[in-house]
Amino acid sequence: MLILPLIVILIFSFGERAAVGGYAASFTFEQYANLPARLKAFQNTMIFAPIGTLLSLFMAYPLAYYLALRVDRRYKFILLVLVIVPFWTSLLIRTYAWIFILGGRGIPLMLEWIGIEGVRLVNTPGAVMIGIVYGYLPLMVFPIFVSLEKIDKNLLEASNDLGGTPFKTFMQITLPLSMLGVATGCMLVFILLMGEFLIPAFLGGGKVFFIGNALVDLFLQSRNWPFGSAVSVTLVVIMLITVSLYMRLTMRTKTGRDESLM
Amino acid sequence: MSKINKENRPITSEKFMNEFHRYQKGSITRRHFLEVTGLGAAMTVLGTAMPSLLPRKAHAFGNLGNRLVFATWPNYHNQVNLDEFTKMTGVHLQMNAFGSNEEMLAKLQAGGTGWDVFVPTNYTITNYVNLGLIQPLDLSRLPNYDGSANDPMFAKPATVNGTVYCVPKNWGTTGFIVNTKKIKNSPKSWKDFFDVTMGAGSGHTIVHDYQLTTIGAALCALGYSFNSIDPNELAEAEALLIKSKPHLFAITSDYQPGMRSGDAWLSICWNGDATQLKNDLPEMDYVIATDGGEIWTDFYAIPKDAPHLDAAYAFINYLQDPYIQAREASVHGYAPTDSRAIALQPDSLGSDPILHPAAELLNGLEFGAAQTMTDPVRAEVIARFKSA
Repeated sequence: MLILPLIVILIFSFGERAAVGGYAASFTFEQYANLPARLKAFQNTMIFAPIGTLLSLFMAYPLAYYLALRVDRRYKFILLVLVIVPFWTSLLIRTYAWIFILGGRGIPLMLEWIGIEGVRLVNTPGAVMIGIVYGYLPLMVFPIFVSLEKIDKNLLEASNDLGGTPFKTFMQITLPLSMLGVATGCMLVFILLMGEFLIPAFLGGGKVFFIGNALVDLFLQSRNWPFGSAVSVTLVVIMLITVSLYMRLTMRTKTGRDESLM
Repeated sequence: MSKINKENRPITSEKFMNEFHRYQKGSITRRHFLEVTGLGAAMTVLGTAMPSLLPRKAHAFGNLGNRLVFATWPNYHNQVNLDEFTKMTGVHLQMNAFGSNEEMLAKLQAGGTGWDVFVPTNYTITNYVNLGLIQPLDLSRLPNYDGSANDPMFAKPATVNGTVYCVPKNWGTTGFIVNTKKIKNSPKSWKDFFDVTMGAGSGHTIVHDYQLTTIGAALCALGYSFNSIDPNELAEAEALLIKSKPHLFAITSDYQPGMRSGDAWLSICWNGDATQLKNDLPEMDYVIATDGGEIWTDFYAIPKDAPHLDAAYAFINYLQDPYIQAREASVHGYAPTDSRAIALQPDSLGSDPILHPAAELLNGLEFGAAQTMTDPVRAEVIARFKSA
């Protein structure tokens, strides 16, 4: 069931575009040879996805840390709910709201009041990045929160008692023990970002183009299914490579640490 | 108001209320109430002018089911009409808005859309017929449709090989809209459009996310046909588009928000959107380019595998009612093709230059051609332009 759509896409990717669009059976590498025509979209995705993941991480970690270890037990639940609340409406609507916030009647107008004129925010790479961090933050917060929550508080106390500074405690105990959450969050956000199309379409105004947008175009506008399939297959291969590299890296550091503990 | 005047009216307000209470209490019949108050006569008069106002019972339509899936364009209907249709028939509308005909075709080609009614543009219809994606219309089920009231210039594409596949909705032009507060030397042609984009108005232009109009505009600016599928001419158009891309504000068919917020000063524009924008922002100016552009008709059609066929016919028939057409146009700002509906429009709309441009302005415009929709080069040009 999970593999079937992938097989269909693989077969399509060796076909040809039918005269009026769609798929015509064939066996050709033409679609793969045409991949450089979408180079910019691949580049954009490969730049925005890792940077977006890291930015989300840097924003999410302090939040998760605060929620898990610092906040009063009484408010924890409410604050957690507040993190989830945005998920109750569709990302489409929330991204649309950003169009107005970043648009000419939004933040740029306020900047005009204080004398900064001609600022353009919407339809820029920066706007797309804001949208990405906004949209994916909760996905990053939760895995980190859970791993921080699970940390035995006695360990932190022990470190403190043994004269460890807060910074040392964080670096040697809290951070290593929350790495699993960090790894999970990063993986989740990165994979989803690689296929993202809604945020760049809305906040990039069609000017900041991801592979996801190229795919939407190829399937929904130019009806070039074989080329779209070839692009998808390429995307899947890129993901497989990066994700397995990433897994090996995180696994290695983990086993390395286990050995050192022994 | 003097007392005499008051008594000269067919019925005084006091008497009306007295009669109304008698009717409520059941001491007089509904018929008597309508007669003495004059409401009956008023309704008959109104009813002849606007047949849809006549009270109709839901069962008069037979059982139409409770659902209709409708694919159309953004800002293209009067919500009052849609609500009224639901109220009259019990059929709830599920509406999807699209930004291009190619997108609609892609959905229909992939199959399983579940659409009952959709709104294709003139140049797509032969393609739909050839691909077997739409069904011929049984005009006897559309008594409100009057073929003779529609100008053949607009209605012609509905008939393919002698069979009628759709009925006209509205016609219009594709030009551009200018914010005259921001852009002073008023552009007149598509050449000017791209010059301003890459010059004084850099960073403030929107082009459609739609191959027909965006590539068409570039082709016209270069002096070629709006419909060209010549690979060399398309290569030049692509070069112009890619050169202008850094100067664009956005590539989107949903250009009203950008124009309204003041972020965009110039956009490829359909004339009805121009009317909507101008109504709110007088500084907006709609221009039919001197070097070409598009003239078009949109139609109502039924896909081959429409699941709610009876509701589809009832809906199209409802929307063909001249009064309903006029009420639609009062909101979306596009001209009806139906002369009966035009007659019902206020004079200000009938003589509106955006809705009904002077005939000589239309001379340079072209109807989209069937092959532009399916041409693989055009499809790839727009996709490359967007991903550039």
